[in-house]
Amino acid sequence: MISIFQNYGGELLTGLGQTLLCSIIALFFALIIGSIFAIMETVPNKAARIIARVYIEVFRNIPLLVITMFFYVVIPMYVVKISGFASGTIGLTLYSSAFIAETVRSGIQSVDPGQMEGSRANGLSFWQAMRYIILPQAFRYVIPPLGNQFINLVKNSSVLAFVAGFDLMYQGNVIASDSLQSMSTYLCVGLLYLILTLPLSYYMRYLEKKLA
Amino acid sequence: MKKILSKIGLVFALLIMVVSLGACSQSSSGAKRDVLKDDKQSNTITWGVKADTKLFGLMEVKDNRIKGFEVDLAKAMTKQILGKNGKARFIQVTSQTRMPLLANGNIDAIMATMTITPERAKQVDFTRSYFDAGQAILVKNGSPIKNVKGLNHKGAVVLGVVGSNSVQNIKKFAPKARVLQLSDYSQALTALKSGQGDALTTDNGILYGMSIENPGYSVVGGTFTKEPYGIATAKGQKPLHNAMNNALTKVENSGQYNKLIYKWFHNVRGFDMKGAER
Repeated sequence: MISIFQNYGGELLTGLGQTLLCSIIALFFALIIGSIFAIMETVPNKAARIIARVYIEVFRNIPLLVITMFFYVVIPMYVVKISGFASGTIGLTLYSSAFIAETVRSGIQSVDPGQMEGSRANGLSFWQAMRYIILPQAFRYVIPPLGNQFINLVKNSSVLAFVAGFDLMYQGNVIASDSLQSMSTYLCVGLLYLILTLPLSYYMRYLEKKLA
Repeated sequence: MKKILSKIGLVFALLIMVVSLGACSQSSSGAKRDVLKDDKQSNTITWGVKADTKLFGLMEVKDNRIKGFEVDLAKAMTKQILGKNGKARFIQVTSQTRMPLLANGNIDAIMATMTITPERAKQVDFTRSYFDAGQAILVKNGSPIKNVKGLNHKGAVVLGVVGSNSVQNIKKFAPKARVLQLSDYSQALTALKSGQGDALTTDNGILYGMSIENPGYSVVGGTFTKEPYGIATAKGQKPLHNAMNNALTKVENSGQYNKLIYKWFHNVRGFDMKGAER
């Protein structure tokens, strides 16, 4: 295992970097897109609710690999040329955003409806009530399940390996076939994934304790 | 205090797991058994073959069976080793999975477009070459790239398959090109079709299969390496290894080999039948 780190340190480091970069981009946009659709699901406007529902059901129920391959193969053929890394990150963002939307929605709906009525009665507009009263409470409720989604997202970034996105898993495959030591290689890769996900997991725990 | 201790304990448990797993990887070939003897007892040889490679080993969707030159050759060799009633069982492998599967005994031998190289020969035993391929490139018809030299510039993207020898070679012949390694040949071909790369590189035999299926793409520039395919058996299986070599010789001498070459390659554009026959 040590020899793998010595001989392929550069490759593993690039892989770690690409995985981290993809995860950060996907996490950022998935959280934003997910929150938007979660709010759309809870507004009184029926059209907005239907749009959000369709989006969530489509991306939540298609395998991540299929979404990614769509962006890797179909989009470059007919629309615009995008690299493997980009298509993987887009796929991961859309896929994760659907799950985050469902998580956040459950948070919003777990806030007592009386709170919304109370805020409206006190003269806040719908969006003000959402922004200052409902969402802060909703996000606090959903920190544990959101943490799960974030960790899943980091692990799911291994989809990049299928579209030559140079991530950790891709480098793992390359190193394993080059060094012919598959076992130690994948152990190294597993360890590096742990280095990414364990701090995230502990940070989410810490947040949970601090805010709950 | 108790909490800290339990945390330290957890870390230790993880470490021990990792270290012991790591130790396993060094000594997994410990259990010695005679594969040939076992095969004779069960009257079956288990071959690892490709299932995504036209002409060599391709899964037919209609009846879910793998068909190709290697599959037919493996059947012929099984009959030579085990007798008329010997059964050949086929397990599909990829360039990535074939070595681990052989090492842990899931397959007895690899016949999966595997080039004989010195590095691989340290891990497995190779028989004589049963097919002499060479690396070439496949491009879209009308592409400005005419041979491998045309790929040696910044911005050129070459597609290959993870674990194949050809991705190592292309770095020598076109060091300035960027190499993308995909998981299998159909993925690589899909990527070529969707414009993710300028050329696809691997052994000519496999590329010919692709150009038959996709008339819009052709093999250009001829071969630039020699890639002899060999049958791999696990280290320390001398009896099986010798039986394979003998069976290969018998299949070649009986003319069966040439029949199989004709069956699979006679209608391939640009294939050198005379050079391939034995």
